[in-house]
Amino acid sequence: MDKNTLLNITIGDLFLKHPYTKDFFIDHLIPFEGHENYSINKLFEVIDEEIIEDKAINIELFINNILEYIDLMSSYFVSENVVENKVTIFPGTYKDGTAETFDMIEISKGEIISIVGPTGSGKSRLLADIEWAANLDTPTKRKVLINGRVLEPHERFSASNKLVAQLSQNMNFVMDLTVEEFLDLHATSRMVEDKDDMVNKIFAKANELAGEGFSKNTPITQLSGGQSRALMIADTAILSKSPIILIDEIENAGIDRKKALELLVTEEKIVLMSTHDPILALMGDKRIVINNGGIEKVIDTTDEERNILTELESLDDTMMKMRNRLRYGKKLTFKEDL
Amino acid sequence: MDLITVSGPPSSGKTAILMKTISNFLSRGVKVGVVKFDCLFTDDDIYFEKLGIPVRKGLSGSLCPDHYFVSNIEEVVQWGIEQKVDLLITESAGLCNRCSPYIKNIKAVCVIDNLSGINTPKKIGPMLKSADIVVITKGDIVSQAEREVYTMKVQSVNPKAIIMHVNGLNGQGAFELSTLIYDETKNVTTLEGEKLRYPMPAALCSYCLGETRIGKDHQMGNVRKIDLSGKNG
Repeated sequence: MDKNTLLNITIGDLFLKHPYTKDFFIDHLIPFEGHENYSINKLFEVIDEEIIEDKAINIELFINNILEYIDLMSSYFVSENVVENKVTIFPGTYKDGTAETFDMIEISKGEIISIVGPTGSGKSRLLADIEWAANLDTPTKRKVLINGRVLEPHERFSASNKLVAQLSQNMNFVMDLTVEEFLDLHATSRMVEDKDDMVNKIFAKANELAGEGFSKNTPITQLSGGQSRALMIADTAILSKSPIILIDEIENAGIDRKKALELLVTEEKIVLMSTHDPILALMGDKRIVINNGGIEKVIDTTDEERNILTELESLDDTMMKMRNRLRYGKKLTFKEDL
Repeated sequence: MDLITVSGPPSSGKTAILMKTISNFLSRGVKVGVVKFDCLFTDDDIYFEKLGIPVRKGLSGSLCPDHYFVSNIEEVVQWGIEQKVDLLITESAGLCNRCSPYIKNIKAVCVIDNLSGINTPKKIGPMLKSADIVVITKGDIVSQAEREVYTMKVQSVNPKAIIMHVNGLNGQGAFELSTLIYDETKNVTTLEGEKLRYPMPAALCSYCLGETRIGKDHQMGNVRKIDLSGKNG
């Protein structure tokens, strides 16, 4: 929309044409009520000088910003179909400046890559390189291509088309909302059309992943650790636009981790998961081994390791069963429990 | 010397973000100086000093901190030039959510955090609405969905800004921020005659009356001057 058109159509028509502009007026504290048949120009003529000063309204800034906002919002509806499906990482250097020795790492959508290495080895830096789509300009001097190309600066800085969504153990819900209100708010901010369907789908998935079910009326801050994790993963898988998910550990309590990863894969995400847990590490198709700030190796999970994973999972299962029996007041016996 | 102004609500993570960002500058050989503005108390200058960089602080006391900022910014710029820094950073807390200490043609960074509630972006006013770069902190402890919703709220009050997520604890994003805020080709020698982006509200001094010009000639009434000679300015 050009400036002239904006200034001359009525505010009511503007809201009809671009419904989100109403919130923009509200967020900028513009008193438009009762003046919907005025143009923006006329509105600012009738608003009291004192109100403009009191509400810290900058007319010029408001007009420029609303134009920018309309452009931005219009671009969402167009770019919705662009799907990132490949990440390529080229080698850079270790912390001490020596070159990394791998050729290149290619990760496609639907793949799960584990990242292993001691604490402080550079896992966060690798994740940051991917998030930023590094182009020889980060401390590691790595180069990261998205769909085979270097990102333009505006793509790297875009807040609404962020490449990467993050999930970590330390994350909590902080809003004072119920599960349903929360999902509705997120769906609204993503401007999803079939909002109710989306909310129901995420709610059902989260309950499937969580060890213990929860209702739509539960305040999100009252969910258990496992339930929170389940809701965060289901919500990120289904509603987040970011094609790449970075996971920092999923603790083994109150959530079906295997199903959670399967969900992310079926939603066509690229999953990178930094972990110290052998079960999670082996759930990856490959694992990246990091040491001293550099990528030491890339290892494909072997068939033998997959068999070991099955063993580990059954051990894990045994642990879980025992945990539940103890929780419900039962005694453990060798015969039944091992 | 390039100059940037950083502001944001108290405890949003301004100092933590700057510490990480400045470390990145120092490892690239960029010389940085900091002047910290606050109202009643700050010991952030001690943290900055640990980085081995020139630092001064100014406490506004009974005056509005943003008015105090603009009354002193020219002297601060001259101090920075004397210190021969490549980049001078001013940090100030937006205490009343109404002012913004941003200057036309000088890069303005606003720091806010994910924990402050989703209605905060519209409460903050010109400090957020007219910033060039908005840094959102504490993203490591809230859910992805809340980060996305919060980002959208920020974007809806300031669609022009570059919005970045930086972690003040582990520094994730600080390197990237450092590449955005410093322009080595920019040479600020004086702010004499430059203007604020937004007039400050009424209170005590000439700036309370809507003055936007910088420099001694435009200052009247209750103007307090920063002491740049010693360490306890």
